[in-house]
Amino acid sequence: MQPSTGNAAPYRWDADPILLVEHLFMRFGGLVAVNDLSFNVGRGDITALIGPNGAGKTTVFNCITGFYKPSEGRLVLGHGRAPTPEEVATVTAHGERALVGSDAAVYLLERMPDYRVSGEAKVARTFQNIRLFTGMTVLENLMVAQHNALMSASGYSLKGLFGLPGWRAAQRTATEKAQYWLDKVGLTDRADDPAGDLPYGAQRRLEIARAMCSDPILLCLDEPAAGLNPRESLELNTLLRAIRAEHNTSILLIEHDMSVVMEISDHVVVLDYGTKIADGTPEAVRNDPRVIAAYLGVDEDAVEEVEAEIEAEIATGAQS
Amino acid sequence: MDVFVQQLINGLTLGSIYGLIAIGYTMVFGIIGMVNFAHGDVFMMSTFIALICFLLLTTVLGITSIFLALAIVLVVAMFFTSLTSWAIERVAYRPLRGSFRLAPMISAIGMSILLANFVQVAQGPRNKPVPPMVTDVIVLMENNGYQVTLAWKQVLIMVVTAVLLAGFWYLVQKTALGRAQRACEQDRKMASLLGINVDQTISLTFVIGAALAAVAGVMYLMYYGVANFADGFVPGVKAFTAAVLGGIGSLPGAVLGGLLIGLIEVFWSAYFSIEYKDVAAFSILAITLIFLPQGLLGRPEVEKV
Amino acid sequence: MAVQLAESPPAATQPPATPPAQTTAADTNSAFGHALKDTLITGLIALGLLGPLVGFETVVRDTGAGSALGLAYRPVVVAVMVAIIMVGRLVLNLTVWSPNRVVKTRSGPSVFDRMGTAVGPVVKPALFAFAVAFPLLAAMLMGGLNESRYLIDLGILILTYVMLGWGLNIVVGLAGLLDLGYVAFYAVGAYTYALLATSAPINEFFSGLLGETFWANWAFWICLPIAGIFSGLWGMILGFPVLRLRGDYLAIVTLAFGEIIRLVLINWVDFTGGGAGIASIPRATFFGVPFTAGEDGFAALFGLEFNPMHRIIFLYFVILALALITAFATVRLRKLPVGRAWEALREDEIACRSLGINTTNTKLSAFATGAMFGGFAGCFFAVRAGFVSPESFTFDISAMILAIVVLGGMGSQIGVAVAAAVMLGGMEMLRNLGFLKQIFGNDFDPSLYRMLIFGFAMVAIMVWKPRGLVSTREPTIFLKERKAVSGDLVKEGHG
Repeated sequence: MQPSTGNAAPYRWDADPILLVEHLFMRFGGLVAVNDLSFNVGRGDITALIGPNGAGKTTVFNCITGFYKPSEGRLVLGHGRAPTPEEVATVTAHGERALVGSDAAVYLLERMPDYRVSGEAKVARTFQNIRLFTGMTVLENLMVAQHNALMSASGYSLKGLFGLPGWRAAQRTATEKAQYWLDKVGLTDRADDPAGDLPYGAQRRLEIARAMCSDPILLCLDEPAAGLNPRESLELNTLLRAIRAEHNTSILLIEHDMSVVMEISDHVVVLDYGTKIADGTPEAVRNDPRVIAAYLGVDEDAVEEVEAEIEAEIATGAQS
Repeated sequence: MDVFVQQLINGLTLGSIYGLIAIGYTMVFGIIGMVNFAHGDVFMMSTFIALICFLLLTTVLGITSIFLALAIVLVVAMFFTSLTSWAIERVAYRPLRGSFRLAPMISAIGMSILLANFVQVAQGPRNKPVPPMVTDVIVLMENNGYQVTLAWKQVLIMVVTAVLLAGFWYLVQKTALGRAQRACEQDRKMASLLGINVDQTISLTFVIGAALAAVAGVMYLMYYGVANFADGFVPGVKAFTAAVLGGIGSLPGAVLGGLLIGLIEVFWSAYFSIEYKDVAAFSILAITLIFLPQGLLGRPEVEKV
Repeated sequence: MAVQLAESPPAATQPPATPPAQTTAADTNSAFGHALKDTLITGLIALGLLGPLVGFETVVRDTGAGSALGLAYRPVVVAVMVAIIMVGRLVLNLTVWSPNRVVKTRSGPSVFDRMGTAVGPVVKPALFAFAVAFPLLAAMLMGGLNESRYLIDLGILILTYVMLGWGLNIVVGLAGLLDLGYVAFYAVGAYTYALLATSAPINEFFSGLLGETFWANWAFWICLPIAGIFSGLWGMILGFPVLRLRGDYLAIVTLAFGEIIRLVLINWVDFTGGGAGIASIPRATFFGVPFTAGEDGFAALFGLEFNPMHRIIFLYFVILALALITAFATVRLRKLPVGRAWEALREDEIACRSLGINTTNTKLSAFATGAMFGGFAGCFFAVRAGFVSPESFTFDISAMILAIVVLGGMGSQIGVAVAAAVMLGGMEMLRNLGFLKQIFGNDFDPSLYRMLIFGFAMVAIMVWKPRGLVSTREPTIFLKERKAVSGDLVKEGHG
């Protein structure tokens, strides 16, 4: 939406995207929840998807993570480097769900069931209403997240049943990884407590740690700051920055808390009624009149009025 | 052709009975999302209540008019069956709202076993035969000695079913109770915030379902002339199949499903094998749930993430 | 109960000016009045519920011309039952549900939970030792090997249900899949053994190869693994199409499958012998050595005097070993990724999928594992009874096993074992209590009430303690300290 200013380098989400959302539609009966949505997520970026309530943000998430099958559209995920148009065209034409090379891989997420999106394409997610295994301990939650790796290490239970050394080593490695993440989110002391006993903020952090234990390259967070106090919000910002910096993981998040969004995101996409109304850097989006109108609840005519006013202002500004 | 018409009549009769039971399943499922596994046994109890009442009226009180007796039996059976169902909901299901997912189902299975065995202990395991009640038939066609008949009791069953369904339809579509019921189906918490007595509405749903099952019980007793403690399980599963086939939660669906199951069972027995008629019903249940879980008239469910 | 809750305590409506002493008196009075009124209503409802079916009995009288239906009256029984209910209700109203009572909120695990966790380490070896020494104890108690037959048979029965309970526990308790057709796999196991062991072609094949008696002597040991694998295979075949269904639909479909298998067993006479079943199935042998009085029999081989009890005691140890294998495998599997995935699946299927777990495969593995143990138990059943028929595989058996699992506490091994022993052993003890016969008359048979009690127990457990007797969960891995997880936190996928 925002014209890129002059000759500066193109944005990262255009130059090196990890995820391309192309003409995504999602219809429920007569209702169109997502309407022709296209945007890119840059590799190594923190991308925020914002919009008023009911704008279709969570539906987009559910499409990306395979929980919903989009009515139309393509979701291209590139491992290693940005997928080339030729690769994408090849996979699409052959009706396959992925093209895996030695240094790079292309996945068409809309063709994959949810557990493959997470297990093979390595897109992890959290949920708006936290979905922890409350009756299992914190450590167990993190072990479940490493299911696929441990499953093959346990020889699909056969090696594990007889306690062979290979399995034990794998179990140890998995525990170490869990400990690392427990340390990162500050829950080491609560490792043996049931997840349901943790306070709300800690449950949010645990859910992020659990998602990270599945080694994602793209982490989708559905309102991670919801219900957090200001201090916890700050800690969350630090944690997300650390994840991006140290783990080669790009982050896509839905958030209502504008302080979090403006503070940490590199790229903001704004949805309203299932359509994209703005896409750009936080500064650009913040000043976009359509975004302001959408958030303040001004109707369509009013937006045009505001736009006209702004244009007039710019024009007068240019004259003077 | 003759056999076909005769089986069609028999199938529609049987289907009416299944449809009446199926409404109980579908309504309860609609309002609290639970399979009331004990409903088939509630139906079975109603045949016993009807039987006892009928014997009291004819042998002890000496009522000779069969239609008067049947009318009284119908009212008495509806009352006591509804009371039973009300009590079951109160004792075995209501405390479990908000418990874990499988709890109401397990409780309902326990209740089903409890009811069947209670009747077995109280009334004995033997078949209880009643003398034939309404025996007149109308001969519709006659061809080479094969008569296609329509028994008066079959007419009675279909008419009673149709009248009750009409009344019931009115109740659910046009009255405050029906509105409350549909509101609870949509969103129980919101309904209670708007001043609907949710507990009472759910209780009434169980009562109405049981009353219709009692009607089915009286019709069943009249049609087959036998009551047995084990006769709740299989008709119950078939009626549930009917509810699922029609689309669970949908009232016209339950009736449609009931008629279909009745027809399938009768035609299967007539043309294929009578030994495997229950296998056919169970297979339809499995196939419907696997391939058409929303049924014929139901709406598909969207998983909430 | 709800009546009690609906009525606000009278104290709240009293004007504050009233002297405290009076308030208490008025409270007590009105509380008693309420309790009395509630009791009367309860009595009326109980009369309505019990009146028709208990008050009147339909009796089939065989007259010369045929049977006619008459009525018998039992007003006293109804009166006694209603009176018991009313007195019980009144007592509860005045004590437990009294509005004046200060409700003590219980926190932390209950007595049973503590039994399961704190005493657990002691209980398990003790139970194990008791189970191993049981035949000896029984013989000593009854004063002889032959006299102990009844007790050992009971022990075998209980252990069979313990094993079935542990098998179903994997499916229902760990993976949270309500399987109402578990008896189908028990049947598949039993019929697999019965059909293979009595098959003439197989017998002939081995006769030529390894001697006349080979198949009769070794059939059980060869068929045992086959029966388990075959049942597991059936579990996969039946499970594959249905496991994506929601919980209660799954329950109904498994029920339907169980019934279909039973009906096919009845009606496919050529293959299964129909309702008459299959008789003279080869008995168990001591690893090829038959329990016969002959020269190459077990007794002669070990220099013992021949006694038919040898075979019974051996059977006891076979089922004990099978049950222990089931328990051991379950404990091991819980600590493997597949077991953790089962439990995670029970808690939240959507979260599992978001972590890359293939939920269909995971469910299938639980279903097949449970079915496999059911198949082992079925094979044992066939060799013990020497006879199988569809009668032994009704829905009642599925319901009984489910009741044991539910009662014991879903997911808890020790709870399931205790529940099986209490339910089956208790029922047998009832049968032998003389004074019951004195009260209810000589034709009183408590076994008639068995399913009634099972049904009641299932409802009561769900209402009173939905987590079962042992409701805590042992974590499968720990960093510093193993802490039991309270059952209240195990959410089993709410909604």
